[in-house]
Amino acid sequence: MGATVKSRPEIQTIALAGNLNVGKTCIFNALTGARQYVGNWPGVTVEKKEGRLIHEGRTYHVIDLPGTYSLSAYSEDEVIARNYILFDKPHVVINVVDATNLERNLYLTTLLLEMGANVVMALNMMDEAQQRNIEIDPNRLSQLLGIPVVPTVATRNQGIKELIARAVERMAAPSPAPLKIDYGKDIEGEIEKLQELIEKTPVIKDRYPSRWLALKLLEGDRRVIEEIKEIKWDKNAEKILIQAEESRRYLSELLGDDPETLIVDRRYGFIAGLVREAVKKKPGVEKRLTLSDKIDAIVTHRYLGLPIFLVAMWAVFELTFRLAEPLSEWLEEAFGWLGEASAGWLASMGAPEILASFVKDGLFGGVGAVLVFIPPIFLLFFFISLLEDSGYMARGAYVMDRIMHSFGLHGKSFIPMLLGFGCNVPAIMATRTLENRSDRMITILINPLMSCMARLPVYLLFAMTFFPEHTGIVVFSLYLLGILLAILMGRLFRALFFKGEVAPFVMELPPYRMPTAKSVLIHMWDRGSAFIRKAGTIILAVVILVWALANLPVGVEYASEESWLGQLGSVFAPLFQPAGFGHWQAAVALITGILAKEAVVGTLGAVYGVGEEKAHVGILESGHWTPLSAYAFLVMTLIYIPCVATIAVIRRETNSWKWTAFAVAYTLVLGWITAVLIYQVGRLLGFS
Amino acid sequence: MGIKEGCKTLKDLQKGERGKVVRIAAPGPLRRRLMDMGVVPGAEITVEGAAPLGDPIEVTVKGYHLTLRREEAQFIEVEPC
Repeated sequence: MGATVKSRPEIQTIALAGNLNVGKTCIFNALTGARQYVGNWPGVTVEKKEGRLIHEGRTYHVIDLPGTYSLSAYSEDEVIARNYILFDKPHVVINVVDATNLERNLYLTTLLLEMGANVVMALNMMDEAQQRNIEIDPNRLSQLLGIPVVPTVATRNQGIKELIARAVERMAAPSPAPLKIDYGKDIEGEIEKLQELIEKTPVIKDRYPSRWLALKLLEGDRRVIEEIKEIKWDKNAEKILIQAEESRRYLSELLGDDPETLIVDRRYGFIAGLVREAVKKKPGVEKRLTLSDKIDAIVTHRYLGLPIFLVAMWAVFELTFRLAEPLSEWLEEAFGWLGEASAGWLASMGAPEILASFVKDGLFGGVGAVLVFIPPIFLLFFFISLLEDSGYMARGAYVMDRIMHSFGLHGKSFIPMLLGFGCNVPAIMATRTLENRSDRMITILINPLMSCMARLPVYLLFAMTFFPEHTGIVVFSLYLLGILLAILMGRLFRALFFKGEVAPFVMELPPYRMPTAKSVLIHMWDRGSAFIRKAGTIILAVVILVWALANLPVGVEYASEESWLGQLGSVFAPLFQPAGFGHWQAAVALITGILAKEAVVGTLGAVYGVGEEKAHVGILESGHWTPLSAYAFLVMTLIYIPCVATIAVIRRETNSWKWTAFAVAYTLVLGWITAVLIYQVGRLLGFS
Repeated sequence: MGIKEGCKTLKDLQKGERGKVVRIAAPGPLRRRLMDMGVVPGAEITVEGAAPLGDPIEVTVKGYHLTLRREEAQFIEVEPC
C-alpha cells in the first residue's frame, strides 16, 4: 500500500493533507481546476484524486490525500496518507487547516511535522473565523511551528496565489528537521534508547525518521510493529522491538497510564500552548447560538428530526429517478435509432445481416446500456454533493444511526440502501460517503438485494398474470423479502469477514456551510466520468458477449433453442427443476437478465415467440408456469446475480475482483436456495 | 480495563451537563480514534443532546461538535466521579 507509481523526477509533487470538512477539496479544485483525475489507491477502496497545477510555466503533480484527523494505524485512509508522506516523499505537503477549529486541526499538523514533512499551512475559512471573533495571528503561528502559514478563503479563491507561491518557494528550500515536541523526561529517555538502536540499523534508519519511529513504537502502533517484524534479516530489528516492548512496560508502570495516552496527551498539551500564543482573542465562552445550532435545533429535533430526514430522502429519491427517467429513455431511444439507422445503412451496402445486427444490438445497444445510467448518476451526485457540502449528511447519519446500527450498519448506510430501490448502480456509488471500510463493504455487498426499479416490470408481468387479485401483495412481499435478506446478510458478512474490524461511529458534526456550484459540479463530473471509464468497458463487453451468444451460430433466430444462448439455457435448466422452472426458456431469460433485469420480460416474449408486449400470453400459454413456480422465479429474479452495470460498479467501488466475484456468487447461491425453498415448502403446504 | 465503580461516564451525563475527561477505557482502535478527535484526559466535554431515537449523542469538545454512540460514550470516564 502507498507505493504508488512515482511521477517523473522532473515533475515535483504537492500533497494535500487535512481533516475532513475543512475545504481541502475546494483548495484542490482551486489548484488544479479541471486538470484532475479520480482513481483508486492500489489494493484498497479509498479514492485517489490527482491533478496538475501549472504555475509560471512549470507543471506540478498535485495529490489529494484522504481527509483524516490523524495518521494512526487503524483506518485505511490514515495509513494511506501516512505511507504516502513517509515513502513517496512529496516535495511539499499543503496542510489545510480550519481556522474556526484550530486546536483539533493542529493535531494533524503536529503529526505531519513530526514525520519531517515539508509543510505549508493553508489556514482556511478565515472569513468564518472572523465572523466568530476568532483572531489568529498567522505570523506567530508560522514562527512557532517554523513553517509558512497562508490565510485562505478557498470558496472565494482568496489566498490561493500566495499559497502556491509559498509552496513552490518551499520546494526549493532544504527539508526542515522534524518537529520535536518535549514529551517529558521519562518518555524522552525511552525515545533516546530506541533512537540509538534505530540509528545503528541502516535498513530501518533509511526508511523511517528515527524519532518518529521511536514514538510510534512507544505508542504501540500495530502497523509499524508489523513492518519492523518483517525485517527478519537484520538482528537489530528484533532488538528494537524488544526494547520497545520493555520501554512501554516501564513507562506504563512508572506513569500509571499507557504510553499511547501519555503521548497523545502531551501532543495536545503542546497544541494548547500554540493556541494560547497564536490566537489573540478566544471566542467568548458565553453560550451564543450560532446559525448552525439553530438549524440543528430543528433538523435533529426529537420529533421533527426523523420526519425531516425522511422527507429530504424521499425528495432526493424522487428527483433523482423521476428527472432521470425521461432523459435516460431519450438516450436509449436515440441510441436505438442510431443503431437502426446504421444497421439499415449497412444492409443497403450489402453487408451481411449478422454484421448489421452486431452494430445495432451489440455496439449501439451496449453504448446505450452504459449511457442510460448517466442521468441518474449525475443527478444523484448533484444532490449528494449538496447534502455533504452543506453538512446535512452527517446529521442524516446522526438521526438514522439508531435504526441502521440495529441492523449492524452505519447511519450513513441508509442513503445507499434507500437509493437501491431506484437503481443499485448509483446507490453503490453513494457508499463513498461511508468512511469506514467494513461499513462500506457490507453496504455495497447487500445493496443488490434492494429491489431496483428495473425488476418491477418482471414482477408485474408474473404477478398480474398469475395473481391478478393480489398483485400488490405479491410485489410488496418481494420488496420486503429483499430487505429482510439484506439485513440478514449484512449481519452474516460482518460476523464472517469483518469481525476484527471495529467501526467506531465517532464522527464530527461540521457546521452548516453553503455548498459552492464549482465543487458540486466537479463532484458530479468526477462520478459520471469515472463510471463511464471504469464501468463502461465491462458493461459494453458483456452486452456484446450476450449478443454473440444469442445470435450465433449464424442464421439462428434470436435467443432460440438452437442459439448458443438457448443451448446454454438447456444446460442450466435442470438446475432450476427443484425451484419449479426447469425449462430452457426461463434459464435463457435469467441469463439475459444479467444485462439488465428488465430484459427478462423481452426475452420471455422472444423465446415464447409472442414478442415483448404479449409476454404475459406467452408465459400463460406455454404451460410451463404455475403460480408457485412463477413466484419462485420472481424470487430468483430479485436475488440472483446483480445486473452487469451493478457488477461493474461493485468492481469499481471495491477495487477488487475477488469481492466482485463474491457478490455474484453469493447472490446466485442465495437466490437459488431461496427459490427452491419457496417452491418446495409451497408444495408441501399444498400450493401449486 | 473496566470502569472504576462509582465513576461517572459520558453516557451518564444529561443534556447540558459538563464534565472533564479522566480516562478512556475503550479498546485500542476506539480509544485512539477518540483521542485523535480531541477526547483526551483533561478535555472538557459537554453533552448537547441526543438523536431523536435517543442514540447516538452529540457533545462539544475542543470547540467543535462530535457525535458518538452511547456504547462508545460509556468508555469515557468523566469528572466529577
